[in-house]
Amino acid sequence: MAEPLPVLEMTGIVKEFPGVRALSGVDFRLFPGEIHALLGENGAGKSTLIKVLTGVYSLDGGTVTLNGTPVRFHSPSQAQQAGISTVYQEVNLCPNLSVAENILIGREPTRFGRIQWKRLRREAAELVDRLGLDIDVDAPLSSYPLAVQQLVAIVRSVGTGDSDGPGSGTRVLILDEPTSSLDRDEVLELFALMRRLKDQGVAILFVSHFLDQIYEVCDRMTVLRNGALVGEHLVRDLDQVGLVQLMIGKALDQLEELHDHQLHADVGESLLTADGVGRTGRIAPFDLEIKKGEVVGLAGLLGSGRTELARLLFGADQPDSGKVTIGGRQVPMSAPNDAIAAGVAFCSENRRAEGLVPDLTVRENIVLALQAARGWTRPVPAAQRDELVAKYIKALDIRPADPEARVGQLSGGNQQKVLLARWLITQPKLLILDEPTRGIDIGAKAEIQKLVVSLSEDGMAVLYIAAELEEVLRLSHTIGVLRDRKLVAKLANGPEITPTRILETIASGEHQ
Amino acid sequence: MTTTTTREPAAPDSRTPGRAARILADRRLPVLVTAGLFLVMYAVGLSRYQNYGFAETQVFLNLFIDNSYLLVAAVGATFVILSGGIDLSVGSVIGFTTMFTAWLVEKQGLPIVVVIPMALAVGAFGGYLMGYVIQNFEIQPFIVTLAGLFLFRGLCLVISKESISITDSTVSSMAQAQISLGGGFLSVGAVVSLVVLGVAFYVLHHTRFGRRVYAIGGNEQSALLMGLPQGGTKIAVYTVSGFCSALAGLLFALYIQSGDPLHATGLELDAIAAVVIGGTLLTGGSGYVVGTLFGVLVLGLIKSLIQFEGTLSSWWTKIATGVLLCAFILVQRTMTSRRSP
Repeated sequence: MAEPLPVLEMTGIVKEFPGVRALSGVDFRLFPGEIHALLGENGAGKSTLIKVLTGVYSLDGGTVTLNGTPVRFHSPSQAQQAGISTVYQEVNLCPNLSVAENILIGREPTRFGRIQWKRLRREAAELVDRLGLDIDVDAPLSSYPLAVQQLVAIVRSVGTGDSDGPGSGTRVLILDEPTSSLDRDEVLELFALMRRLKDQGVAILFVSHFLDQIYEVCDRMTVLRNGALVGEHLVRDLDQVGLVQLMIGKALDQLEELHDHQLHADVGESLLTADGVGRTGRIAPFDLEIKKGEVVGLAGLLGSGRTELARLLFGADQPDSGKVTIGGRQVPMSAPNDAIAAGVAFCSENRRAEGLVPDLTVRENIVLALQAARGWTRPVPAAQRDELVAKYIKALDIRPADPEARVGQLSGGNQQKVLLARWLITQPKLLILDEPTRGIDIGAKAEIQKLVVSLSEDGMAVLYIAAELEEVLRLSHTIGVLRDRKLVAKLANGPEITPTRILETIASGEHQ
Repeated sequence: MTTTTTREPAAPDSRTPGRAARILADRRLPVLVTAGLFLVMYAVGLSRYQNYGFAETQVFLNLFIDNSYLLVAAVGATFVILSGGIDLSVGSVIGFTTMFTAWLVEKQGLPIVVVIPMALAVGAFGGYLMGYVIQNFEIQPFIVTLAGLFLFRGLCLVISKESISITDSTVSSMAQAQISLGGGFLSVGAVVSLVVLGVAFYVLHHTRFGRRVYAIGGNEQSALLMGLPQGGTKIAVYTVSGFCSALAGLLFALYIQSGDPLHATGLELDAIAAVVIGGTLLTGGSGYVVGTLFGVLVLGLIKSLIQFEGTLSSWWTKIATGVLLCAFILVQRTMTSRRSP
């Protein structure tokens, strides 16, 4: 097959930060009319490459050519003018303005300084139409859900290049994790738009953590590892197992071990019982028993009450009915302190806002809960503290293994481990993990799951919440299914329990 | 089989909000509420005091005459608040402008036509400086304009500790000029304030600058990433507010015919109250300058009603303003919480 000339070619890209070589000689090319996935674990250099390409960072070495001409961008707006547009994970639009304005603001059609509103609406509507979308351009952006706002952001970025006249439009569109907050239908709509753009000859660079999505929509992929190029492949030539091996650079022993992992059978006596516990408007009263050494998984859609249930068991929200008994003693649950005193630990899904203190060091973050449990009048002795911290950094393989590193600078997976370490150090009887693997790469995911297994083997009870059903199934002895803020089923895990079965339970809402 | 679905399946009509929701989310609603309130209050005035001359056209037109300076100041404040900022220096700049004008006209003998552009330039420059500091040193507008408040009030006293009355004949004739209008008349100040309102409306809704003000108020970070000149717009907004304050100061000097170091103390708070009662969100990005007109009229009408009542002390104006402000902020709060998806 004769390959056309690439629209964008990056050769030997080098980017250095003080003490770190973020990119060492990476080659990357992008052809018109293709969707190209950029893959790699967290910290592999994906974001750095994109930022170099869009002019956010300056180059330390290598060349970038666009349509055969060497280019060098010093700001995102320069890259934009050259036809390289970026849509980020966060929607960067103004919710208070209309859709039409959001698409065209900054280049509104004017006449003697007066905005031509009719023309603006017409042009925006044409652009929306051309991309085959059905959006009312007069409605305020905030009246649409996030997914549509994301589409509007794409329309804006596609339209940006049109300023030099029709046809000169965007040639390269970079989509940086656009799907992370979309549901399945919305993802499909986004993909449809991506395919239409592709047919119009736009080259799309797509970054996503979801491998299924890569295989669904991409033609070609480039894999990075530790700032270096691992390979460029056509998607149809490389299966998912091969891809994961390329990404993490080692065989899949770790992961496979987990797949074959048998749930250990020595579940002990009852640890926690919730009896008709509920909170009006948050979650309907539920009964739940968690035994020592048992992993209870919670499955359900986002917003089905998973987190709400967990927060009640931790006293982060106060139940207005029912009672919680832990280890035979009734716990009032009027504040998290009650739960902590009873041996419950809670790792929030929102690790940045509700868990970690990004400006403190790894050491300080880890000892936070232990110190809180002791009270501020009894500081943890320095020697004991350093020993504990060193032990958990090693046990959880936190990288960099530097207790003085600021937590904010760690990758998502390592931040999650720090949060885990904080609670493990207090030796809880029940560990509540709310989405511990969200947004972290596959290697770190496997490590955290392995940790959950070994903790439960040591007799710790775990309440595990995850969006991915396979993950819940793999780890849990019992699976609680939630739907519409109600615990609708409790299933004992076994060979007959499959993701499909759970999905059916979620869909029907019936206990079978 | 994908199991990454993490949301409730969207209801089929989730993209087209229901009619009631649409009306509640309509950004024009607060303005209509304020306009409605004004009409109701006016009707109450008519029914209670019609035998005391409340129905006369001039009583209505006096609302514009007596509040012309407040309207101009509030229009400037509308720009700032729409952009998500705040300007506390308004009252001090007004006070300073009255002193500056009275001093130049009376003590230095400069003709008023020369003094007007000088006063406007000083006000605009003061606003520009505050905007520059806010933007380039990334300091809270609250603090910077608070500094401006003290600075300009202090400068009043540098000019003179005593009030200076304006006796210049051109100024007096301007102050007394009447522009007749349907059975009554408007003052020069009232006409100027309405022109300022019209210009502000045009700028906010029909120029790129105006739309940038809304964009910045909606989400400053996004505005930056969308490639809008966010810094320049922010500085310009404070310059506009400084200019409007100086113009309000000129109208105030014309209305009172004197300069005084204590003129218009705390007027910035009246201006902010008028803007908020007029339906502009304090968080920025939503509101209309027409709403500000109604906000000013409502405040003015409270004063007139209390005057007509006769037995009430003027402090009731403040109490009524406080109650209204509180009510409107609560209404806004419920509206914005409905609006966010």
